[in-house]
Amino acid sequence: MATTTEAATGTPRTRTRLLEDERWLAFFLLMPTIVLLALFIAYPFMKGILLSVTNTRVGVPGEFVGLAIFEKVWNDGIFREAAWNTIYYTAVTTVFKLALGLWLALLLNRHFRGKAFIRAFILLPFIIPTVLSTFAWKWMFDPTFSVLNWLLREIGVIDQRINWLGDPDLAMGCIIAVNVWRGVPFFAITLLAGLQTISPELHEAAAIDGANARQRFLYVTWPLLLPVTMVVVLFSVIQTFADFQLVYVLTEGGPANATHLFATYAYQIGVRTGLLSEGAAISLAMFPVLFLVVIFQLLYIRRVETR
Amino acid sequence: MARVLLRDLNKHYETFHAVKDVSLEIQDREFVVLVGPSGCGKTTTLRMIAGLEAITSGEILIGDTVVNELPPMDRDIAMVFQNYALYPHMSVRDNMAFGLKMRKFEREEIARRVKIAADILGIESLLHRKPRQLSGGQRQRVALGRAIVRNPQVFLFDEPLSNLDAKLRVQMRVELKKLHERLGTTAVYVTHDQVEAMTLGDRVVVMKDGWVQQVGDPLELYNAPANKFVAGFIGSPGMNFAAVSFQREGDTLLAVNHGLRITVPAPIAARLNGHAGRDATLGIRPEDLHLAGPDDDEGHCFEALVEVIERLGSEILLDVKVGPASMVASVPPTVRTRMRDTIRLALDPERLHFFDAETEVAL
Ligand SMILES: Nc1ncnc2c1ncn2[C@@H]1O[C@H](COP(=O)(O)OP(=O)(O)O)[C@@H](O)[C@H]1O
Ligand SMILES: [Mg+2]
Repeated sequence: MATTTEAATGTPRTRTRLLEDERWLAFFLLMPTIVLLALFIAYPFMKGILLSVTNTRVGVPGEFVGLAIFEKVWNDGIFREAAWNTIYYTAVTTVFKLALGLWLALLLNRHFRGKAFIRAFILLPFIIPTVLSTFAWKWMFDPTFSVLNWLLREIGVIDQRINWLGDPDLAMGCIIAVNVWRGVPFFAITLLAGLQTISPELHEAAAIDGANARQRFLYVTWPLLLPVTMVVVLFSVIQTFADFQLVYVLTEGGPANATHLFATYAYQIGVRTGLLSEGAAISLAMFPVLFLVVIFQLLYIRRVETR
Repeated sequence: MARVLLRDLNKHYETFHAVKDVSLEIQDREFVVLVGPSGCGKTTTLRMIAGLEAITSGEILIGDTVVNELPPMDRDIAMVFQNYALYPHMSVRDNMAFGLKMRKFEREEIARRVKIAADILGIESLLHRKPRQLSGGQRQRVALGRAIVRNPQVFLFDEPLSNLDAKLRVQMRVELKKLHERLGTTAVYVTHDQVEAMTLGDRVVVMKDGWVQQVGDPLELYNAPANKFVAGFIGSPGMNFAAVSFQREGDTLLAVNHGLRITVPAPIAARLNGHAGRDATLGIRPEDLHLAGPDDDEGHCFEALVEVIERLGSEILLDVKVGPASMVASVPPTVRTRMRDTIRLALDPERLHFFDAETEVAL
């Protein structure tokens, strides 16, 4: 009773009193997060859905058209190519990043001189802003000034200049290579952290038990590293699937749409061409795929952890 | 089963000499305990036997084979680690079976051996569990099980009981002893706990700063410590020490300091002959002191001021001052004294020890 009457008067004292109520306190503490999430995640997401069910263009307020836009996008050959590219790009880069990252992590987990220095050094590709390092790569792939071409010519592997980013087959290989180059450090360092939580005594016990190096990796290291591996792969798949900067800087989706991903194609259609609804629909197409990937991997991680 | 031979074993870590000229012959079926304070090189020695640590110089033989260059798996040893080192992702059964699987045993043979080991250790009902679902004592048993299924030539133990609570430790100690009696496998056991060493070891190796101080059966170490370090390390509460000098009075040799004037018994005096005039440390164990009675020779009695009385039930420990020196006397629980009382204590002359004041070697 007393609280309600005091609350009505609204003195600073009652405001303090209000914060002592857990429900109000929780509300106040959550407020900033909720506002940020609503403003930057929920609102754009809802706006995207709204856009995709209208036929809005730049300068043309749209009308509700139901799923017509989705149907149009679905029948778009370039969209299908971009979808296939995205899956291919994600799958291939993830396999390479995992394999190389694990290999590096195993090497870095040994004792050697200058260990700390090398470990920091490894992170460089990851620390440099993607746009900057990708521009550097773009120059290296340049048909005329390419250091790659120069090198290959010098050692006599080729006698004609290779147009790295201009050839549809090579271009995909190039963006995959750059993505792997950039992503390996993250895999290596995270897996290294995972390796270091595995007690060396377990390897010693296994060695005494008669396991050779390969068996120790297979039966001890790998099963214990699996939860960490799943988390890294999860992050990497999400990031790679929605990758934009790297492709945008290197090829802008070309040549002949050979390297378009969901994100770059959505940008191309939505912003460059001004077909906002189509752009939104293409972006949203990523959502169910990523959602499934996340659900699957989270379930798997939980299963591994409760084993 | 096999004997283990260490010959002039040395271990250098970059700048640090951790194990120094350790030579030791461990007989087939023997239970040998390495004991010493933390950092004295026990674990390093054990790990060299296991093949987990490279040998700087010297030789290790298991059976009749020099194993210096052999990897751990070819040495036919099993090791129990201080933190158990159970594979966390495997069930108890798989933990125990792992070594046999790696050695390509038949499925039936693996099952049979795991069952026998589980029976011996009383862990049949835990076989399907994961290590983290076990208590400390149970994990300890699984670690033992993993060692015994392999039926190796030698067991190596590195402080296997130190993570258990006091009561469980005593219980597991007894079980380890029984297990060794039953299996008869040669065992090398590392501990910093002298009680564990004395109760478990057929022979005990006392180490300090990388050096072996003394090797002997438990009673030998207790009765005839080779130096002051061993004398103080073995036995609980530890031996009392007092700095003394020797004086000759007619035919008798006296050990003298501010509070003491002890007649050295003839057999010991004979050994000390060359030492008269030099300083020494007198050593006497708390249990070799008692309240002076009419039967005690005057030359073996001295006055002491009671400072603390510790009643342990089966005995009373008196912390006393004798001149400037502090001593502990273990007396029967029936003795009545009070703090600050001055009492007369007598020592058992047969049980006197003397050590060189400088080299600390037993005289
Ligand atoms: N890998 C290592 N590098 C350098 N010094 C070490 C290493 N391992 C052990 N030592 C040193 O060697 C000495 C003996 O260690 P250890 O055998 O583990 O002693 P403990 O008797 O307590 O088992 C210690 O002083 C320790 O600091
Ligand atoms: Mg140790």
